[in-house]
Order: sequence, then C-alpha cells, then structure tokens
Amino acid sequence: MLRFVLRRLVQVVPTLLLLSLLVFAWLRSLPGGPASAFLGDRATPERIAELNRVLGLDQPIFVQYGRFLGRVLTGDFGASTITGQPVLAEIGRALPATVELSVLALVIAVALGIPLGYLAAQHRGGPVDIATVIGTLIGVAVPVFFLGYLLKAFFAVELGWFPPSGRLSIDVDATNVTGFVVLDGLLTREFDASLDALSHLVLPAVALATIPLAVIVRITRASVLDVLGSDFVRTANSKGLAPGTVRSRHVLRNALLPVSTTIGLQVGLLLAGAVLTEKVFVWGGIGTLLADAITLKDYPRLQALLLLGALVYVLVNLLVDLSYAIIDPRVRL
Amino acid sequence: MTPLLEVDDLRVAFRRRGEPDTVAVDGVSFDVAPGQVIGLVGESGCGKSVTAMAIMRLLPARGVRVTGSVQLDGVDLLGLSESQMRERRGKDLSMVFQDPLSSLNPVIPIGLQVTEVLARHRGMAKEPARKAAADLLERVGIPDPRRRLGSYPHQLSGGMRQRALIAIALACRPRLLIADEPTTALDVTIQAQILELLRELVRETGAALIMITHDLGVVAGLCETVNVLYGGRIVERAQRHRLFGTPRHPYTHGLLRSIPRLDAPSGEELVAIRGSVVDNLPWEHACAFAPRCPRAVDLCTGTTPLAETSGGRLLRCHNPVPASAE
Ligand SMILES: Nc1ncnc2c1ncn2[C@@H]1O[C@H](COP(=O)(O)OP(=O)(O)OP(=O)(O)O)[C@@H](O)[C@H]1O
Ligand SMILES: [Mg+2]
Repeated sequence: MLRFVLRRLVQVVPTLLLLSLLVFAWLRSLPGGPASAFLGDRATPERIAELNRVLGLDQPIFVQYGRFLGRVLTGDFGASTITGQPVLAEIGRALPATVELSVLALVIAVALGIPLGYLAAQHRGGPVDIATVIGTLIGVAVPVFFLGYLLKAFFAVELGWFPPSGRLSIDVDATNVTGFVVLDGLLTREFDASLDALSHLVLPAVALATIPLAVIVRITRASVLDVLGSDFVRTANSKGLAPGTVRSRHVLRNALLPVSTTIGLQVGLLLAGAVLTEKVFVWGGIGTLLADAITLKDYPRLQALLLLGALVYVLVNLLVDLSYAIIDPRVRL
Repeated sequence: MTPLLEVDDLRVAFRRRGEPDTVAVDGVSFDVAPGQVIGLVGESGCGKSVTAMAIMRLLPARGVRVTGSVQLDGVDLLGLSESQMRERRGKDLSMVFQDPLSSLNPVIPIGLQVTEVLARHRGMAKEPARKAAADLLERVGIPDPRRRLGSYPHQLSGGMRQRALIAIALACRPRLLIADEPTTALDVTIQAQILELLRELVRETGAALIMITHDLGVVAGLCETVNVLYGGRIVERAQRHRLFGTPRHPYTHGLLRSIPRLDAPSGEELVAIRGSVVDNLPWEHACAFAPRCPRAVDLCTGTTPLAETSGGRLLRCHNPVPASAE
C-alpha cells in the first residue's frame, strides 16, 4: 500500500510538468495579453511593449517556460500581474474560504446522497423513488449560479434566515488563526463567530452541493439496485440475517464501490462550481481569484491556480483508489 | 413417519405488465420425511429454482403470487411474517446455491460469512463463533481452516467456495437443506467430491435434503425418491430404482435414454428428446409435453392429464410407457 502511494505520488510529477507546459502554451496562445488587459484604455503599442519587457513576455516562449520552471522549482510562482503580490501568498489566503465551502458542500452531498439513493432503491418504483429520481433530474439540470441567486433571493433577502453574502458579519470580530473561520471560532472559543460563519456558509454550500448530491443519489440508487439483485444478497437473506445486517454489511459495502469513484470525479466539478458560487455569494476565495485572473489575463496566477486544481484532482483520486483498496479486497495495490 | 416438509399445491405466478402471468410452478405437491433425500429433476426453466425459492420465501415480494401451502413441522411457512421467516431461515431450513463465487460476498472474509449465521441464530460471541466456524470449515474439507477464516472468496478455488457455502448452510444444523444444482459450476472430479460431502453431512446431521438438479447421474447416486418436473408440474414421482428401472412418463423415459451409458451394448444409439422446452402447450388445455412427445395421442392436446398415484408412483400422462417396455 505504501509503495503504491509513493509510486502514484512520483507519477504526479511528470503529470504536472506536462500540464504546466500545456497551460503555459495555451495561455500565451490566447488573443490579447496581460499588458493590454492591464493598461486598458491607456494601451498604446509602445506602452504594451514596454510592459511586456518588464514582465519578461518579450522573450521566446521556451525561454519564458524555462525561467518559469526554474522559479517554480524553488517554490516561486511569481507575482500577480493584477496586484503585484506573490501568487502563492494570495492563494494561501484565499484557499481556506474555498476549502471550507467545498468540504461542507461535499459533506452535504455525501451525507444526504447515499441514504437517499439507498432509500430510493429500496422502495423502487414507489413514491419516494419517483420523487427522488425527479428531484435528481432537476438537481443536475439547474445551473449553479441560477440556484445560488434563487436561494439568496428567497432565504436571505425575502425571509432573512441567512446572510446574503460574505463569510462573516462585519460586527463579529473574529481572531484569525488558520483562516478557516468556523474552525478559528472553535479554537479561540469565540463560538458566536463560528456560528456566524456557519450561517454564512449554509446557502453557498447548499447551492454548490446540489449537482454532486443529485449525481451521488443517482449512482447510489443504481448501484444499490444492482447489488440488491445479486446472488450474495440472496445468500445473506437465506441465512435469515436481520435486515439491518444485510443492508450495512452486504448491500452497502458493495454498493459503495462505484459511489466512491463518483465522489472522486465530483471533486473536479465541485471546483468548477465553486467559481460560480463564490461569485454569487461574494465569497473571496479561490474562485474569485480565478475569475479575476481570467478577465485580466494574469498569467502567473492562472498558471498556479490551474496546477493547484490539477494537483487537488490527482490527490483526491489517489484517495479514491485507496478507499477502493480498503473496501474491496480484490483490489491489490 | 410424519413428514418434515409438506408442499401442497404450490403455485408461483410471475405477474408481467400487459401480459398474462407466467406460471412457473403449478400445483406442485411433495413430502420430505426427516433425514430423507429427495430429488427434483428437470430441464432448465422447468421451475426447480422457483420451487426452492418459494419454499425459502426468497422470491421478490412484489410481482409474484405464491399460493398453496408449505408446511415445515406443521407450520405453514407461507403464512409467517417476514421476521418470523427470518428466524427460521438458516436455522431450520437453509439453502446451497448454484454459483459459489457469486453467492459469496466478495468483500467480506469467509470467516465472517460463516460466523454471522452462528451469531444470528445461536447468539454465539465472536471467539466461540470463530472456533465453531473453523471446525465447520475443517469438517467440509477446507485445509488450514483457521487461516482460511481470513480469506476472501476470490482467494479460494471453486470447489473450496462451494464447501464454504455448504458449511454456512449447515452451520446451525438445519433440519432441511435445499441444494440447488450445487455442482453445475464445478468440474467433474470436484462435483463427485461435493456430492459425497453432502451425502455424508446429511447423514451425519440428520438433515433432510432436497437435491435440485438437471443431472440424472446426481440423482442416481443420492436420492431415494425422485420427482420429475416438466413445465412447472411434477409429471412423475417414484422411488429411485423404480424410476430408473421402469420410467413410465415419456419425458422421464426420454431423459433416461438420452444419458450416455458405459454399460450400454455398443451400437445402441442415444436418443435425444425432440424439440425444446419452449414448445410448451398451456397446461389448462393440454399436456405441456405433448408437442415433443413420441407417444402423444389426440387426447394429449385436448385435456390436461391428472396426477394419478398407484403402487407408490405418481404419474401424469394419458398414454404412459407400458410398464413392461424396458
Ligand atoms: N423473476 C422472474 N420473473 C419472471 N419469470 C421468472 C422469474 N424467475 C423465473 N421465472 C420463470 O420461471 C421459470 C422457471 O425458472 P427456474 O429458475 O425455476 O428454472 P430452473 O428449473 O431452476 O432452471 P435452471 O436449470 O436453468 O436453473 C422460467 O421459465 C422463468 O422464465
Ligand atoms: Mg435453477
């Protein structure tokens, strides 16, 4: 198992290297560039050329890439062309907000999705099942930002149950320890701050969770149906085992295998969804950094963000493979 | 002797949307005495497994109608609640299935699959149950049983898996064991070993055995009484030696003639039964076997033959093979 993890981690290096090259080339093939985006109306060919020289963008692309790689190896992703700040520091500050949001969304999706999918499968063809299937169809079809605005308009503006945006109310002063506001509140025993942060999290997390939730429900349902019809479940029933034992020990464990793969794939979608959700709820996280970087062609920041995304994706799927090996003894690592 | 199991007029119909019901088992009746070994024989699709599943109450609850009665020790199993039935399954009656690989849970060690039934019906604690499970595995001929408790199904050979399934089925010493084609997925030498093991075990534990098979060879070596099933009905039943000696139903006759025999005079041809099971006539109006029957007369396609019992033999045929034919 350890050797498998190490081997996979080593494989990550060439993957990221190749990806960095692709990202690097792709960004520079886009029309316009940071200089013209940055200068906006004041852009004249001379000023663009000068700025490009300052940013090193007048060099041949492989020279640029070589320099970029050299710096990255020392942990330097360069400075943002928008703010002039080191990209890594910016990301470090924004990361907790996005992680908090995504993790809660994923927890909601998994914690609701698996039981709901199971319930639907168990009552196949019944009202619960039909309602669930229709619900998931709507869930995957509604765009995240639309749902986000809808939730905000109704639960924040209309009913006032939750704050409409941001991560903390202005009048709450919280001590910053880790950047994860909910966690910080718990650490510093400022529980009101934790609670306030949590109430800010609810709407965006729900908006972000819908699509993964719907997908997990559908996969769980299909997978449980499949397992319910299998011979070994019949054997389990022929032993007279209690229904709870059959469910948890025989059906669920086998049904979770495809579900865990799906959860891994959802993380990619979750990152994309986070960009939109953060926009709707003014959530100063990675999504905001990314959106700005795209509009203003902030190469260094885009490069770092895309590589970060890829790294997260690869690591999550490594976790999925490990969970597979834990659930299924036939998988040898 | 009072029978252990009395199946009376068992009927299983699968409801299909927009189509008439499929009647998979139609009016099947038979008894099993304690410790007796009986056979249920017939071609694929004749309703053997459905009969077994109906007795075990393992058919899906929806879309299936089961009528008749299945009495175990005088209690009608079909009248029990699901939880009362769960109390009995695995304890009073249990089943060994056809495909040992798919019938074992792939992600759980063999040991737990044996001990869970002991824990459920005997209330055994973890350690005593493991000890008992190891003894059971040893008894069914699995070498190094202590270590095997931790093995997963995919790590065992086909024969070992079937042995494990038998150990599970017999763990609580049920009074009735139903074996549904327990050897069809295995190669021939292993088949013989498994049959021998089953024979020993039912003798040892005093369990009655219903042996389901399409293989008359299996029946010949094991069963005292043989029920021949065709199209969901029992067409002939007799003691083994009588059935093999003088088959009266043309279907049984055909089945026996289609088995290759080493002691047959050279030159004697094997005779296959014409047609296939799909050439069934609906039972309400005719004998289902009539389209394939070499002895069919007009009556066969017009009236359903009734089951008649004489001299310990049940027969359902308008024009049986004469008793002196062989
Ligand atoms: N779930 C079901 N829904 C509808 N029809 C079914 C179902 N299960 C079985 N049947 C029908 O019942 C009939 C008997 O099936 P059964 O499985 O008992 O045959 P079998 O004698 O065990 O055959 P085999 O030797 O192939 O195992 C078949 O014609 C089959 O089409
Ligand atoms: Mg069968």
